[in-house]
Amino acid sequence: MSAATTTYREAMREAIREALRRDDRVFLMGEDVGAYGGCFAVSLGLLEEFGPERIRDTPLSEAAFVGASIGAALGGMRPIVEIMTVNFSLLALDQILNNAATLLHMSGGQLNVPLVIRMTTGAGRQLAAQHSHSLEGWYAHIPGLRILAPATIEDARNMLWPALEDPDPVLIFEHGSLYGMSGQPRPGPVDITSAALRRSGKDITLIAYGGTTGKALAAADALSAEGIEADVIDLRVLRPLDDATIVESVGNTHRAVIVDEGWRSGSLSAEIGTRIVEQAFYQLDAPIQRVCTAEVPVPYARHLEEAALPQVPSIVAAAREAVAS
Amino acid sequence: MAGKKSARAESHRDLLRQMLRVRRFEERCVELYSGEKIRGFMHLYIGEEAVAAGVCHALATDDVVVSTYREHGHALIRGVPASTIMAEMYGKVTGCSRGRGGSMHIFDVARRFYGGNAIVGGGLPLAIGLALADKLRDRNRLTVCFFGDGAMAEGEFHECLNLAALWRLPVLFACENNLYAMGTALAKSHAQTDLALRAAGYGVAAWQVDGMNVLAVADAATRAAEAIRAGAGPYFVELRTYRFRAHSMYDPDRYRSKEEIEQWKKRDPIDALVASMKAEREITNDDLAVLEKEISAEIDQAVAFAEQAPVEPVEDLSRFVYSETPLASGGARGGTVEAAS
Repeated sequence: MSAATTTYREAMREAIREALRRDDRVFLMGEDVGAYGGCFAVSLGLLEEFGPERIRDTPLSEAAFVGASIGAALGGMRPIVEIMTVNFSLLALDQILNNAATLLHMSGGQLNVPLVIRMTTGAGRQLAAQHSHSLEGWYAHIPGLRILAPATIEDARNMLWPALEDPDPVLIFEHGSLYGMSGQPRPGPVDITSAALRRSGKDITLIAYGGTTGKALAAADALSAEGIEADVIDLRVLRPLDDATIVESVGNTHRAVIVDEGWRSGSLSAEIGTRIVEQAFYQLDAPIQRVCTAEVPVPYARHLEEAALPQVPSIVAAAREAVAS
Repeated sequence: MAGKKSARAESHRDLLRQMLRVRRFEERCVELYSGEKIRGFMHLYIGEEAVAAGVCHALATDDVVVSTYREHGHALIRGVPASTIMAEMYGKVTGCSRGRGGSMHIFDVARRFYGGNAIVGGGLPLAIGLALADKLRDRNRLTVCFFGDGAMAEGEFHECLNLAALWRLPVLFACENNLYAMGTALAKSHAQTDLALRAAGYGVAAWQVDGMNVLAVADAATRAAEAIRAGAGPYFVELRTYRFRAHSMYDPDRYRSKEEIEQWKKRDPIDALVASMKAEREITNDDLAVLEKEISAEIDQAVAFAEQAPVEPVEDLSRFVYSETPLASGGARGGTVEAAS
């Protein structure tokens, strides 16, 4: 019996539906999650199924409803909050950093915040600079948070429940270009602690996550045609980073390209590169390469947006350069 | 009749005792700060005691309090022991937050005291969320959120008042209007200084109350709490008060006149209550002396507790960044994709 074909969007919806059925403390809250069905149609139909108490439309008040979800978590609930895009989440950054991530430590272990915040991230849909940035690296800077980036249908389907079981706040970043991705998910549990090796090769390690995972895999196919075999690591969890999987792969391939849709300066790619240097310096045969978004606000025009983002040819070129040196 | 009168006297004695505990505790904090036993930012409640005492008078044991960085008084009155508050300010592991929070971050979940928030306005969303959880779970509790006039300039205040009214959440918004946001006078930061009027604009029942009169505060809070418990949705009380001391221990207090401070001190809430109790023959000077002695002993004990308490071992620095209870099932209980039929 094979699994039916589904989409990343439907997988995420099914995960929310399952959580609502399994645990009556769970509710979904956010802008337009109810009658509208979610800005990206993730929650379509859930209002009819679960009612307005549990599929809770909010005003455009990110700080208030994210902060309220923190309070509700303190009060024994298990909220799932949807924020339309990571750019909008900045309006709630005070609550996420100063409360969600901080209360447990600052209260001497008294207040844990079992909260899941989902939001869209990333570019590629000509939405211009206020809907397209990849700021998950900023959140990955913050102790106290767990940061997830599901890149596959399995992870879209299966990461939510363990995230809800986590006693601490978990942020899930859904790359906007992935919602329409379709396929047949393999059933089964997933962890929310480790990176995954999505492809094996001996010559170079491509490290990606979320929206760039598919590009890294496509680049690996192109490289294979040239006789270069790549390991492709899908980070899955951006904090805490799974150093062991990265270091083991680089120990085998001795070369690494980091693909990050965030900006290069002060970025997740910088952190990963530094960890490789700290933990596998003598394993490296070539300088680490990075393929990141150009350091500009992401523009609207298609050709400019494409030029700003990591693309398959730029990943291939970086890998070639690493292998050649 | 006699019973009712004595119950009234008893209630007055309790309000007096709570205000005096806060006053004497804060005075001791000043000494300890000067002696460098307490460090960091410390904000004193002296002058504003009637607000915490009066509002908390209306609360039941399992009601929730969310407070600000000027929260020693709220914590003490809600039953957080003076000893663990003092140890917290000493930075000791026996402090209510293990010495991680200090003066501005007093937490005591057992007493349902949720801090201690040093971001102005930052506690408001937590309060409405705690109230939402109560509403969703059909628990007949209320949440009191203390905040200052300064917080009413923050967006979070306006978002939260709207949301609380929209969802009819059981929250008592207690605005401690001490007329200054740090050093900026109310009229210099708010175009409309009638704060209750602004709250009413969100469809929230809002009253202005003399925050120097503890009986008026207690009465207003009790009426609001009764209405909230009956399902009337959130209430807002603007408590007009004044801090007799500077904003914090670092504040040279250049922005207000000595005359203004002296004028307000004439309305000292403790003096006012003592005067009215004496007029009603509810208290004698001997009673007062006994009360002072009891409070002094309580604070002495708190200081002794803090002095002898151990500090947290440095090896524990990273504890409680994440919960120590692991993921319920090692993170392995992912949802299972249902097979297609």
